Amino acid sequence: MPGLTDPVDRSLVDALHGDFPLIERPFAAVGERLDLDERDVIARIRALLDDGTLTRFGPLFDAGRLGGAYTLAAMAVPPEAFDRMAQIVNAFPEVAHNYARDHRLNLWFVLATPAPEDVDAAIVRIEAATGLPVLSFPKEREYFVELKLPA
Amino acid sequence: MSAAGDHDALDRAIVRATQAGLPLVPRPWEAVASAVGASPSLVTERLRAMLSSGAIRRIGAVPNHWRLGWTANGMSVWDVDDAKVDELGQRVGALPGVTHCYRRPRRLPAWRYNLFAMVHGRDRTEVEAQVAAIAGVLGGASRAHEVLYSTRILKKTGLRFA
Repeated sequence: MPGLTDPVDRSLVDALHGDFPLIERPFAAVGERLDLDERDVIARIRALLDDGTLTRFGPLFDAGRLGGAYTLAAMAVPPEAFDRMAQIVNAFPEVAHNYARDHRLNLWFVLATPAPEDVDAAIVRIEAATGLPVLSFPKEREYFVELKLPA
Repeated sequence: MSAAGDHDALDRAIVRATQAGLPLVPRPWEAVASAVGASPSLVTERLRAMLSSGAIRRIGAVPNHWRLGWTANGMSVWDVDDAKVDELGQRVGALPGVTHCYRRPRRLPAWRYNLFAMVHGRDRTEVEAQVAAIAGVLGGASRAHEVLYSTRILKKTGLRFA
């Protein structure tokens, strides 16, 4: 299958999906399960982060449960201005994720803010910075969230 | 300050110290503890509490699924009868290929869709098969749908609180 070719990296990424131990030497414990030593585990994670296979390693926080808020937002960006507008949007620290999609609404991003009222304020600032309207789609109900795809 | 208030301040400090990633050192929780000025046992206790409250979804690796070969990512959006969307949303969310499933507001006239189901595949054919499975669950309750494929990941840092 496509993706990770190194079988050790593949089992490491699978093993690191969740449940990273809250103990003194967690990398050593992960390594024990995979027959790797602690230094090797750390070096492999560092390499996977450096080459972009992993975007992050650590706790995944839920802004909503931390007293903050999220929304999914979308913009219709003229194609000739796309890269410039994407850069402007990306520069906002509130923008956690940003994707180009093939649709009239071609820029879709997630805003995460420490307080609920900050979401609307961020949208106003993004509209001012880009000169384009932003549609906001806050979640009303969550049916399922679990991104676990085999490596 | 109340005990809950103390926890709140410490939790925020832990968020700030770890949101960009854990220190890649043999004793990462000790490193976090010294960054926030608390003992390692208090830090791991707060992390456990945040895991059980759901403030932390999980502790682990966030892969770039594109790099792992999951290059087709379709956000399928559906205009579902409001009276049925909650019951059907649960069933769509339970389908194996659906990684995220939410009800969101319509923005008429620009946007008629109220159910969002994210589908990943190794190619668009796999995504299309998943979308067909969703259509099967929704049946006549869905009046229209579209699939918005991602063409580029422009940013994927996750949340950053100041």
